[in-house]
Amino acid sequence: MKFAQVMSSAGEWLRGEGPHHQVVVSSRVRLARNLRHRSFPGWAKKAERTLILEQIKPRVEELPEMQDSFSELLQDLSALEKQVLVERHLISREHAAKGVGSAVTMNRKQTLSIMINEEDHLRMQSIRSGLQLKNAFKLVDKVDSTLEGKLDIAYDQHLGYLTACPTNVGTGMRASAMLHLPGLVLSDLINQVIQAVNKIGLAVRGLYGEGTEAMGNLFQISNQTTLGEKEDEIIARLTKVIETIIGKEHDARQMLIQKKPDTLWDQIGRAYGVLTYAHAMTSKEALNLLSVMKLGVDLGAFPEERRLPVDELFIETQPAHLQKTSQQKLNAEERDFLRAEIIRARLKLFPKPDMGKVAREPGDDTTSDTNHNE
Amino acid sequence: MLCDVCKCNDATVFLTQILEGKMQKVNLCDACSKEKGVQDPTGFALADLLLGIGAAEEIEKGAPTQKCPVCGFTQADFKKTGRLGCSECYQTFSEGLGTLLKAMHKGTEHVGKLPERAARQMELSDKMRALSDHLEKAVAEENYETAATLRDQIKQLEHEMAS
Ligand SMILES: [Zn+2]
Ligand SMILES: [Zn+2]
Repeated sequence: MKFAQVMSSAGEWLRGEGPHHQVVVSSRVRLARNLRHRSFPGWAKKAERTLILEQIKPRVEELPEMQDSFSELLQDLSALEKQVLVERHLISREHAAKGVGSAVTMNRKQTLSIMINEEDHLRMQSIRSGLQLKNAFKLVDKVDSTLEGKLDIAYDQHLGYLTACPTNVGTGMRASAMLHLPGLVLSDLINQVIQAVNKIGLAVRGLYGEGTEAMGNLFQISNQTTLGEKEDEIIARLTKVIETIIGKEHDARQMLIQKKPDTLWDQIGRAYGVLTYAHAMTSKEALNLLSVMKLGVDLGAFPEERRLPVDELFIETQPAHLQKTSQQKLNAEERDFLRAEIIRARLKLFPKPDMGKVAREPGDDTTSDTNHNE
Repeated sequence: MLCDVCKCNDATVFLTQILEGKMQKVNLCDACSKEKGVQDPTGFALADLLLGIGAAEEIEKGAPTQKCPVCGFTQADFKKTGRLGCSECYQTFSEGLGTLLKAMHKGTEHVGKLPERAARQMELSDKMRALSDHLEKAVAEENYETAATLRDQIKQLEHEMAS
């Protein structure tokens, strides 16, 4: 599979309609693993790193889950291509900075990606649409078990899986979900929620920026600790907290509809107006306005079938995606023009917001969503 | 306020986390927050940062001249990077790491996934312990025939464990 194919199809997690997809954009689980008695990537010299890579890469590529995969050495990817993969959450920012001695392999659906020689020898990640932490774990756990039979993985009876950073030792697992919380942000409740979640040992932060400054009202919640708790316990605890946050977000949206409808309609109307008519737009402005459009779709102000273009624009308007699409390097101003142009084109046939639709059926959609269980 | 990492730029990113009732704060400049991956959605945990800053002192409580026999890593290296050198480093620096892990995690013992290979080894060593106990008892009771059979079984098991 070639990079062009990665580019041309959005990952399953973006198009998918996983449980609670209105609030939970995606669920991710990653496992960190290392070879026994081999220097971790950050400490290994180039020659050892290359040796480790040559040992691991064939084992990863022959996985049944990696049939028809995209697999590339980091030095063979352009800076722009790496950035595209970062924007799709398929590799980390740290991994994008790597060159000789590192690689990435991902499946066609872009639900599974394996980084070789990131901070650890192996970083295996599964990403799914909506709230599906359990399913994401299942996939990555299976892959891990297969690889374990072929590689001598560093494991200690007391400390579990040994990782380059002691913060990951034990399960080596980081489970996280990306949440879209415009209701909580608009009603000034978000910091309260963040603090409450932090208190129970989970981390929440803006996907881009912190707290109320979070761009696009996108937040990431994840487990903070990896030692002393079983994988499924961590995932169950995280899932429960996320379900509580989903409930709070729906409550906040209902409150806005009932108590501050004018503010809400003003926000949605402005987002629609600016996105469909602006000729220059920064990435930050685009994220924030698209977030309001997404809320508009959730609330029924826009028809459900218009959800996909809005979701896709979140990724398509990111800097590297823009440049990859235009096939040339652009300066910031040129990017802003192109971004606005792409958005206008995608929203050309978008109907005007219909606030009446919302008032007639408040929260119908949201209650059925809340009852949906994995 | 200065950045906790480089200690030269003004801090612009302020992070607070309450972990098991303890409040932990980190202030970072723009450059360091990017370098530490605060903006990166995948890997970041505040503990990573705290580790990089506070942990080096913890590990120093261990023997100061220690060097990992497998990878040659020293504490000075840990202080610089906040990462270890190889899997054996956990053994080498176990003393200092113990306190650190305790402060960082929910528990000090792994209770999660057990790799099949490790599970098999554990099963075999349990078996070995039982056989040795029986052997000791057989010898004490001067039950030499049983003892001989047990010795054979132990030899067989040793062979299995080595493979
Ligand atoms: Zn700094
Ligand atoms: Zn070492």
